[in-house]
Amino acid sequence: MDKKFGRFLLIGIPYFWLFLLFLVPFGIVLKISLSDVAVAIPPYTPTFDLESGWEGIKALVGSLDLENYIWLTEDDLYWSSYLSSLKIAFVSTVLSLLIGYPLAYSMAKAPSEWRPTLLMLIILPFWTSFLIRVYAWIGILKTEGLLNQFLMFIGIIDDPLQILNTDTAVYIGIVYSYLPFMVLPLYSTLEKMDGSLLEAAQDLGCTAISAFWKVTLPLSIPGIIAGSFLVFIPAIGEFVIPDLLGGSDTKMIGKTLWVEFFSNRDWPVASAVAVILLLLLIVPIVLFQKQQERAQEAEQ
Amino acid sequence: MNKIRNSLLTSVLALGFAVSTQASAEEVVNVFNWSDYIDEEILAEFEAETGIKVVYDVFDSNEVLETKLLAGSSGYDVVVPTGTFLARQIQAGVFQKLDQSKLTNKGNLWDVVSERVDKYDPGNAYSVNYMWGTTGIGYNVDMIKERLGIERIDSWDVVFDPEKLAKLKDCGVYLLDAPTELIPAALNYLGKNPDSRDKDDLQAAEDLLLSIRPFVRKFHSSEYISSLANGDICLTVGWSGDILQSRDRAADADNGVTVDYAIPKEGALMWFDQMAVPADAANADNAHKFINYIMRDDVMAKASNYVYYANGNLASQKLLAEDVIGDPAIYPDSGTMERLYTIMPYDPKTQRVITRLWTKVKSGS
Repeated sequence: MDKKFGRFLLIGIPYFWLFLLFLVPFGIVLKISLSDVAVAIPPYTPTFDLESGWEGIKALVGSLDLENYIWLTEDDLYWSSYLSSLKIAFVSTVLSLLIGYPLAYSMAKAPSEWRPTLLMLIILPFWTSFLIRVYAWIGILKTEGLLNQFLMFIGIIDDPLQILNTDTAVYIGIVYSYLPFMVLPLYSTLEKMDGSLLEAAQDLGCTAISAFWKVTLPLSIPGIIAGSFLVFIPAIGEFVIPDLLGGSDTKMIGKTLWVEFFSNRDWPVASAVAVILLLLLIVPIVLFQKQQERAQEAEQ
Repeated sequence: MNKIRNSLLTSVLALGFAVSTQASAEEVVNVFNWSDYIDEEILAEFEAETGIKVVYDVFDSNEVLETKLLAGSSGYDVVVPTGTFLARQIQAGVFQKLDQSKLTNKGNLWDVVSERVDKYDPGNAYSVNYMWGTTGIGYNVDMIKERLGIERIDSWDVVFDPEKLAKLKDCGVYLLDAPTELIPAALNYLGKNPDSRDKDDLQAAEDLLLSIRPFVRKFHSSEYISSLANGDICLTVGWSGDILQSRDRAADADNGVTVDYAIPKEGALMWFDQMAVPADAANADNAHKFINYIMRDDVMAKASNYVYYANGNLASQKLLAEDVIGDPAIYPDSGTMERLYTIMPYDPKTQRVITRLWTKVKSGS
């Protein structure tokens, strides 16, 4: 009996964590998304009123409606922001993978006494504030910035390129900021890989290149997936990078959310945007997880 | 058992007293003001004179301030919103009425400003003016002369005439990222009521703004101070004091950039930043002391001499530096004052239309 209780307690901890740090905040956001705007503190109505007990809760639930969600479907701004965020996040993830994979691969193949140093170099940028690193890109990318001066000095271009305040700058910023999140999981899968598998492949007549495609790459898929999630998910809701580096026409859902929350003071619609964003991220991930489980079961 | 409980209770009470006496031992006032908006010496002198410690924090947009205030329990004792925002916040019940008996320096105030503020804060019951200014055009004198052949800007048509603005595209044009500043300016240029909420008027403003959109490099509300001073851009619609700060930075840097500010002849938006006390301020008494201190003529003059914004304090005017009181960009002459207009806050429905319109203009579609 005691043992059972102990186990229950142990399993309960992560659930309690999930409840406290995910479900409760989500419940609050969901509730606000069903409320109406008001000129008051806080700027929506109705608010939680626990004093009037059950009746109060019933009245609260009764006055909630889906109006804000309907509003989201009526204006194409939101859909185009979601789509544009998805596109930017997807392209950034692919770029991070293309740059991160060779990086992680060469790290994993480096002599073992070098590896801690190389790993350190990947982590080192985190010692400086994220905000300062993004600001530094303004100095590099602006028309009189380091990059343009350098390109003009070596004679590749005659007129400065307009990179800052465009989507290109946003891609550079996101790939730069999230690259370590791609490299680290890739490195850990590649490093653990059994070298004898490659030797076996070569013994069986594979060239080094086809051994990479047939052995290394398939075995590193878990690392690719983990890295892609770690880049894709934060990139989609990114606000700071498009705000600092992007142009006025860069549409991202993080910026749209900011405008709803701060300029329109419309917390209910802002919350509805956030709920949809969450669903947009969670549903595919859950489906993916399910599919993985099924594939695993099928293998067994 | 009872004994234990009693002793526990007394020790808890004692602890409570200890904490509360400690808290009152140090008097503080938490001030939340715009960035680059005060001479820090004023805060030090206030502390020396009253023994009240000033905890000073800054913001750079009304939206950020408002969101903090509307979330409740902001923890600030004095905040400085702009008139249009103040009006809505008063309605939301954010502020407490000022205790006029504690504001002994109110005789210093300038009725010209108080009368205009009345529109936002009836009877000036909730707020006292800190600074006021205009929204006009900041420009690089040489670059404009080179491209448009004019010595100085005196009309909004450099901004709102697409043919003229097109000539400035290559040298860089910024606009404030604030629909409540640009839409009234567009309406005013079109000869309509700048405070109009009429659908057709707003549509006309949108069309006008979209027609100049291709020539605008960026919408931003603070970056232009440095960009203009560095020569990165040649024209911006911005706030008077910020552009004058940019002018001084360029002069100090001696980099060959000359910046000037214009209040166009068609008129410009006049705005007011008001000191107010949140309803839930923990140190309301100190907040009044702080506001009253700022209302002193010598203190207010010192503040204006430092930030290059005009203030609503008549008594301070004799103490202002000549390059402040004598500069028509800061204290416009009475003819220009006549042409300045004010606007009221938008209701939530219009606000939504305005924000949507603005997103459209910014994305250029």
